[in-house]
Amino acid sequence: MKSHESVEKIMWTVVACLIPPLLLSVFVFGIQVLFITAVSVISCVAVEAASQKLLGRKVTVKDGSAVITGMLLAFVIPPGVSPLLPLLGAVMAIYIGKHILGGIGYNIFNPALLGRSFLLASFPVAMTSAWLPPLKDMAIFSYLGDSVNAVTTATPLAIMKEQGMAAFTELFGSGTSLYASFFMGWRPGCIGETSGFLLVLGGLYLIYRGYITWHIPVSVLGTIALLSWVFGGETYFSGDPLLAILTGGALLGAFYMANDYVTCPTNKVSQIVYGVGIGVLTVMIRLKGGYPEGICYAILLMNPLSPVLDGWFKPRRFAPPLGGGQ
Amino acid sequence: MPVPDELEIILGQHIGAPCTPTVAKRGEVQEGEIIGEVTKGLGVPLHAPVAGKIKDLGMSAHPMRVSAPSITITVNHEAEPRHYQAQDWQTVDAKELLARVHAAGIIGIGGAGFPTHVKLSPPPDNPIDTLLLNGAECEPYITADHRQMLEHAADIIEGAKIILRILGIKNCHIGIESNKPDAILAMTEAARAGSTADYSLTVKALQVKYPQGSEKQLIQAITGRKVPAMALPSAVGVVVHNVSTASAIRDAVVFGKPLYEKVVTIAGQGIARPANLMVKVGTKIGDIVKYLGGLKPDLAKIVMGGPMMGFAVSSLDIPVTKTTSAVLFLTEAETDTEPHSQCIRCGWCLEACPMGLEPKEIAIYVEANRPEDTAQFGVFECFECGSCAYVCPAKRPLVQFVRLAKMKAKR
Repeated sequence: MKSHESVEKIMWTVVACLIPPLLLSVFVFGIQVLFITAVSVISCVAVEAASQKLLGRKVTVKDGSAVITGMLLAFVIPPGVSPLLPLLGAVMAIYIGKHILGGIGYNIFNPALLGRSFLLASFPVAMTSAWLPPLKDMAIFSYLGDSVNAVTTATPLAIMKEQGMAAFTELFGSGTSLYASFFMGWRPGCIGETSGFLLVLGGLYLIYRGYITWHIPVSVLGTIALLSWVFGGETYFSGDPLLAILTGGALLGAFYMANDYVTCPTNKVSQIVYGVGIGVLTVMIRLKGGYPEGICYAILLMNPLSPVLDGWFKPRRFAPPLGGGQ
Repeated sequence: MPVPDELEIILGQHIGAPCTPTVAKRGEVQEGEIIGEVTKGLGVPLHAPVAGKIKDLGMSAHPMRVSAPSITITVNHEAEPRHYQAQDWQTVDAKELLARVHAAGIIGIGGAGFPTHVKLSPPPDNPIDTLLLNGAECEPYITADHRQMLEHAADIIEGAKIILRILGIKNCHIGIESNKPDAILAMTEAARAGSTADYSLTVKALQVKYPQGSEKQLIQAITGRKVPAMALPSAVGVVVHNVSTASAIRDAVVFGKPLYEKVVTIAGQGIARPANLMVKVGTKIGDIVKYLGGLKPDLAKIVMGGPMMGFAVSSLDIPVTKTTSAVLFLTEAETDTEPHSQCIRCGWCLEACPMGLEPKEIAIYVEANRPEDTAQFGVFECFECGSCAYVCPAKRPLVQFVRLAKMKAKR
């Protein structure tokens, strides 16, 4: 006797949750994000099929996991890059990051983030400068063609880091209207990371369905908010916790990447420790590291600790044996 | 159901050493006569379910062991069914009552098949204060205990009082899942009528929750006590018996009637007429099928026991034993025959496990050819309820992996 849930159902539900933020991104950054995402998804699926053929395994592209990787990979690259990048990223994510290590269930690192960090190391200029300012007039075709290079901008976190809070306020405003526009997604950033509202909505739906639990998102976001409030301002306890969550990839990472079944711990206690670890590393990289955003590397750094954490924090047994010991 | 022409009685019905036949080929037997005795170790005698002639001492098909030694009886349909005389038990001492339970071949008929007289003589260093009767019947499809509680409530209560007298205690709680309100009502009335100054019997409605009928979970639900890992219920002062076992104890002690027939649930979309039948031990599944109007063409799988913990069987020649609670005839729509895929470490099995074990790790270790290292994940505490396999989105046969691990794991 089996329940009606299946790996396919879980994966395709996650894909469905990722579609609204993608559609919104089209209106924020233009139609080419759809093209970049399509290249990424198709490459991931093709590389998955090819890898499984090459390694003599059963081809399982129908389970939807490569589609998720493809979408997430596109979501964490800037909207103005060449479509060649996601193609190369897909090879790294799926072949090296997943199938060389044993296929679904056996990869140590989140494949999409591995693909992104490979691209960041190989194409540092494109990956850190191909940002686009949000469209104001729904002119979704305006970034097509050569004009892309002419209109680049910088992400909110980069401006905050390099030019300070004053420049940030001048550019993006402050107060409620700032939070509102950031929450709705009208800010520069990676393709899928900006729409806080739709990402949270999708995440809450996944929690409602029982596919993910609150432990990782809450511990990641809570830690980022707390530490940003304490250390993020000019003086202690003067940082802006809400802004810290709405900028960068915090929401995308907390709901869709840190939660990746394969690379996160399975026990609830270790999940909380893991989430706090991601939060701490994210804030450390944001405030003291070389990059403006840190959640990608924070997750990648915590990934290999998952089995260790699961070994430390075992599920609570029904009752211990008499006299203790196994 | 009517008695078929031939019965095959498997010699090893209980946990422990199988019986040695005490009858010879071509010999005549009477209903209720002993046909097998235990010569060494734990066990109970075996009785002829009917009058007839011993046809063979051979092998029978068996759900788990492929084949097992058995006694085949050709039924004498002419013989009168045996009548048992009621006898007094209220004044008989505990030792004599215990001897009657043993002589009648009573074992736990809820499924485990543990000899009942052993459970009724707990070690002296663990004082028992409570008897629990298990009427949870938590597995889907099975309704045999439910019918017993409705139709034989007074017999079950009398059986419970006999057990209380044997144990020398006063309190008995009867646990029934709250999705059987009619059984709760019938049993509550019978318990009230049966309670005296010496015996206090109460019915407890339990949350509907799988696996509520598992011994350790039932004890926790009713008494709040937790049985330690690798220990027996007597460690917390409790003895648990199935309601149907209590009824069998009553038949044995009051009438001297041995255990050789029992109620079996026949269910599933694959059988023409599902029913709860009183079946003689040794009746072959095929005879039951014939009596109930045959199989339906879309039958996909036959399971002995419940859908969660039962075993799929491959032959209609397998005979019913004292521990058969159900035979399920499932169609394609009722079974899951999809191939399983790799573990995605979603952790749902950890959430589902009532014992707090790590099924996914056990399965991964078995797949990696390291079953001997699985004790650290609690493989010996697993009672194979199947909750993990039920929730697994990758459809992994986790219980089968655990069974493999149990054979090879080092304690």
